[in-house]
Amino acid sequence: MARIIVVTSGKGGVGKTTTSAALAMGLALKGHRTAVIDFDVGLRNLDLIMGCERRVVYDFVNVINGEATLNQALIKDKRCDKLFILPASQTRDKESLTVEGVGKVLEDLSKDFEYIVCDSPAGIEKGATLAMYYADDAIVVTNPEVSSVRDSDRMLGILSSKSRRAELGDEPIKEYLLLTRYCPQRVKLGEMLSVEDVQDILSLHLLGVIPESKAVLTASNAGIPVILDDKSDAGQAFSDVVRRYLGEHVTHRFIELEKKGLFNRLFGG
Amino acid sequence: MGLLDYFRSTRQPTASIAKERLQILVAHERSERNKPDYLPMLQKELLEVIRKYVNVDQDAISVTMEQDDKREILELNIILPDDSQRKKPKRA
Ligand SMILES: Nc1ncnc2c1ncn2[C@@H]1O[C@H](COP(=O)(O)OP(=O)(O)OP(=O)(O)O)[C@@H](O)[C@H]1O
Ligand SMILES: [Mg+2]
Repeated sequence: MARIIVVTSGKGGVGKTTTSAALAMGLALKGHRTAVIDFDVGLRNLDLIMGCERRVVYDFVNVINGEATLNQALIKDKRCDKLFILPASQTRDKESLTVEGVGKVLEDLSKDFEYIVCDSPAGIEKGATLAMYYADDAIVVTNPEVSSVRDSDRMLGILSSKSRRAELGDEPIKEYLLLTRYCPQRVKLGEMLSVEDVQDILSLHLLGVIPESKAVLTASNAGIPVILDDKSDAGQAFSDVVRRYLGEHVTHRFIELEKKGLFNRLFGG
Repeated sequence: MGLLDYFRSTRQPTASIAKERLQILVAHERSERNKPDYLPMLQKELLEVIRKYVNVDQDAISVTMEQDDKREILELNIILPDDSQRKKPKRA
């Protein structure tokens, strides 16, 4: 049985797809057979971030409609043979997703994957609610900013009331906080909510803090999940996240202002 | 001077304002969403019963639900009118 992880946020543009790509790659690099699904039907992007956009033939909706098999639609990653991508449809609308259809695909994937990462679209409509419906774990991606924190809290409400686990009265979805686009400098100046502030409000288990980083754009430009850039702060932060998710105890980094040399202060990121 | 200029000039940390606003908002939104959906009906029916005996206003009654780790508290608040406007309750 696979563990189903939803990467969700409510608010758009906070870093869900960046996180889904990094997490899926990280789990696969650790040797776990992992599939990552783009639930953003109509606005697919995960394929671009993963760098496999030119290999998309069939998509998630094709599989749901029986127009293609899972094996035909899954794209095997060129860098890691444990990782597979199921792209979203570019042409259909959210209504093409159904509870039964999604359930069937996840059930089939569960047979030969250990982890299934669901990249949720923004909002609280069908794509987002279906992405979380079958989840075992939820990673709530949040920026240290008022509207993102508020939307994350709304998602927590939906996770605890509208998921399959909630409906069946099973053990609730495990919820984790991932704080992204964090700037220790601005926190220090009192311009940005701190990790503690956000935790005080959301009271969630902190999976990690991803700093605001130039490496994220560089990686997405090239179609390389940022976790593969192991020299970068964001890449390292995501590696820590994967290890923590897998149960290792890893001290949090990138929360404090790091003391930099003069050269770094002048020219560094 | 605009509000933003004010923050800039005094360098008041806006993050603490953000936190305070969020704490209030999130607490409010959580209590709203934890309300059981029978509350409005309950309120309406209670009002009907009370009106049989006492002449209260439509908005004189409020029903709230609060929750902590251990228990749920259903709070019923009725504002009674002055003596002069009260109906005489029927006695058996
Ligand atoms: N840690 C970071 N540092 C700098 N830029 C980031 C970081 N995380 C994400 N970004 C940038 O933010 C933008 C949105 O990221 P991403 O697409 O991952 O968000 P999303 O939550 O999936 O968005 P949507 O809601 O539209 O699906 C991208 O341009 C990405 O490069
Ligand atoms: Mg996205």
